[in-house]
Amino acid sequence: MAKSKKPRLGKWTRRGLITAGVLAGGTLVVGIAIRPGHRAPGLRDVVADPGEALLNLWVKIGPDNRATAIVPHAEMGQGVHTALAQMLADELDADWNLVDVEEAPAHAEYANHNLAKGFLFGDAEIPRALVGTVDGVVLKLTQAMDLQITGGSLSVRATGLHGMRVAGAAARQMLAKAAATAWEVPERELVLRNSHIRHEASGRTATYAEFAAAAAQIPPSSKPRLKDSKAFSLIGTSVKRQDVPAKVDGSAAFGIDAQLPDLKTATVRSCPVFGGRVAAVDESAVLRLPGVERVVNLGDAIAVVADGYWHANRGLAALAIEWSTNGRDALDQAGVFTQFDRALAQAEIDDAGDVEVDQGDCEAALAGASRRLEAEYRVPYLAHAAMEPMNCTAWLHDGVCEIWTGTQNPLGARTAAADAIGFEPDNVIVHNAYLGGAFGRRSVHDYVVQAVRVAKAANAPTKLIWSREEDIAQDRYRPAVTSRFRAGLDDRGRPVVWTNLYVDKHEPAEAPRIPYAIDNQRIASMPSPTHVPFGVWRAVDHSQHAFFTESFIDELAVLANADPYRFRHDLLVHKPRHRKVLDAAAEAAGWGVASGPGRGRGIALHESFGSIVAEVVDARVDAGNVRVERVVCAIDAGYAVNPDGLAAQMESGIVYGLTAALYGEISLEKGRVKQSNFHDYPMLRIDEMPEIETVIVNSGGPLGGAGEPGTPPVAPALANAIHNEIGVRIRELPISKHDLNV
Amino acid sequence: MTEVTINGVARQLAADPDMPLLWAIREELGLTGTKFGCGIAQCGACTVHLDGAAVRSCTIPLRVAAGRSVTTIEGLATSDGLHPVQQAWIAEQVPQCGYCQSGQIMSAAALLATKPAPTDADIDAAMRGNICRCGTYARIRRAVKRAAGQEQSDG
Repeated sequence: MAKSKKPRLGKWTRRGLITAGVLAGGTLVVGIAIRPGHRAPGLRDVVADPGEALLNLWVKIGPDNRATAIVPHAEMGQGVHTALAQMLADELDADWNLVDVEEAPAHAEYANHNLAKGFLFGDAEIPRALVGTVDGVVLKLTQAMDLQITGGSLSVRATGLHGMRVAGAAARQMLAKAAATAWEVPERELVLRNSHIRHEASGRTATYAEFAAAAAQIPPSSKPRLKDSKAFSLIGTSVKRQDVPAKVDGSAAFGIDAQLPDLKTATVRSCPVFGGRVAAVDESAVLRLPGVERVVNLGDAIAVVADGYWHANRGLAALAIEWSTNGRDALDQAGVFTQFDRALAQAEIDDAGDVEVDQGDCEAALAGASRRLEAEYRVPYLAHAAMEPMNCTAWLHDGVCEIWTGTQNPLGARTAAADAIGFEPDNVIVHNAYLGGAFGRRSVHDYVVQAVRVAKAANAPTKLIWSREEDIAQDRYRPAVTSRFRAGLDDRGRPVVWTNLYVDKHEPAEAPRIPYAIDNQRIASMPSPTHVPFGVWRAVDHSQHAFFTESFIDELAVLANADPYRFRHDLLVHKPRHRKVLDAAAEAAGWGVASGPGRGRGIALHESFGSIVAEVVDARVDAGNVRVERVVCAIDAGYAVNPDGLAAQMESGIVYGLTAALYGEISLEKGRVKQSNFHDYPMLRIDEMPEIETVIVNSGGPLGGAGEPGTPPVAPALANAIHNEIGVRIRELPISKHDLNV
Repeated sequence: MTEVTINGVARQLAADPDMPLLWAIREELGLTGTKFGCGIAQCGACTVHLDGAAVRSCTIPLRVAAGRSVTTIEGLATSDGLHPVQQAWIAEQVPQCGYCQSGQIMSAAALLATKPAPTDADIDAAMRGNICRCGTYARIRRAVKRAAGQEQSDG
């Protein structure tokens, strides 16, 4: 199709309609020049305030001496806006009270400018599962640069380290050069601190703002000198989060809060059997209901458009829809596990599988072992259940499509929306709001695609809101997995062989690897696809495999009659960082000191996304009911940018993992999800909340992630605590399935 | 027309009296601080005060609020500033994604209005109807105690 004219965004559009959380300052900065001071002609209209100096891609300084960090990541609760601004502000030597944050918009020009600036991230890889959601045009760039995806716990360790700190340091250097030139003094005699420049000898001082315009004319260095960690003034401190005030007075705007004149509201039901289609729908009765305006057949889903959510939802409930499920409605949960068992049995017979680790001679070692152990573990499908149901508001007007939503990948959302309605991506404008939870769910844009199609059909600005029931029934699920192990101990009780065969490998490939020195190892997987759509769920494959491997190593410790902590410690001969983290958790938990009557204690250790985490769980089993009393967590994320923020992410990851371990189960019945809402997909609540203590180990190693690594160790640590207390080994989650009355 | 006092102001609402109060608040009045989470009173994201008591607005029909007083998160602060619960929420850095926090704060404020010195069991009972998927429960407990004037650690 012909490319339509670029949109001109008047102030009314930006200020009046965009949700407040997107643009706290009321200004929209899109793309910053390759050359300082230059603005791409296509972007001139959307650069809001000519009085602001754009020093480089990710920082601008206003006439009021406020510096704004432009952050290319979505804020979904992980505190990334604050942590990244903190990294930039430290290198800039800015006064933290004069620092603001804006989220970078989804814009190809922006992406291209990133390339031009050359902030290349040599060591940051995009998680494979997220690559498919990335804008194809910038795929190559994002593979190198992690441009706008928020996932893989990458923000701080990639964007922060290579982008924000460099941007801050480059801007600082430009300001210093500008001042030195104007004052005709050597640059080295200047002191930059708290957003001010001072020349001691002459007694001259100025704000950053006074030199910002001049600095913007100076070519920035892409490799400015970064501070040594000893010189940090903000990095490593627990500054308060920038987004908290708006989140306590109701003013923080999420995607669902978007407001437009004459807005319609729609809700949707997709075929409950994944992959099914609409066979027939009788809309006549529904169109007579109050407020209902239109029924839209999307082929695989039906949407009802009304004057508000309640009317739309009543209309949808009254709709008789006949589905064509193509025989996929025969599968139930037992059938899924039977299918997995067959795949594993065949793989064992054929010695087949996708081999991740193959060292030594496992069969010989098993034959020669003094004691052997075999075990099979299972986990069910899981939904994300973010608190904010999926939603997206779309408005097609004047040749453009504007969308308001919460996404982990604004560029991916833009492409998905454009493809769905035959637009050029340049003509889709994404307004990304705060995300009311995501955990991986908002990296897939099915809800965005639906919203733009419904808005197009309705020929009106339309907000699509999913019910909670739709959210549970139409997620992209953490996969169900079956994993089998064999191991052997020598005559001194040391493990000499470890084999692991499981179904359904996703990523990262290293998730089932163990840090322990066991000479003979074979880790392999077999595909066994179902029609259940795969989703990245907090920590992705790590959450399943940590449960399997850290439970099975515990079984080996028990078999060897060894202390589970010492057993692990002794096997970490080549892993000093892991050992230090394990020791830190054990020491903080008082390992070896009795955990108290009626309390079991378990430990687990797992590395994911560059961070090593050990957790010790104290749990009580009372009349068959499990109560988690305390979790002690130690993490080595290299260096904690914001210690309180890191602790908050550990608390968050632990609660997310505990909910899954105790209750989390999505099961199939007739090819569809049996659960529907929080009453049958329960969540941990405040009265079940354990005491959590986080110990931060600043090893100085490469920066690791924070959002995900807290989750994987908690399920095995809890299962190990239950075994420690009542002798029951949990090999299938959730724990609520088991009768623990012993 | 249904007359409801919302955040101290008498309002006439033309919406169907059977419409859940949540949608009247969000869509008719444009007060979006109150959130939709589950629609069946299981998560507490929609919590508001009805004559001072915490209720789940997603399952209360508008007609039940007729002639009564509703307070939403937008009406919690006064001319003197933020409500003590809101201040405590900032001090303890409670919110992560923030979506459930309007409901959490409304539940906590209603608790403290009747029990100014709540025990842990009181907090459990008043707050267990509010789900937080980000797992901020420990900070919520600390913040409730801080708002009640009970001594806090720095933790």
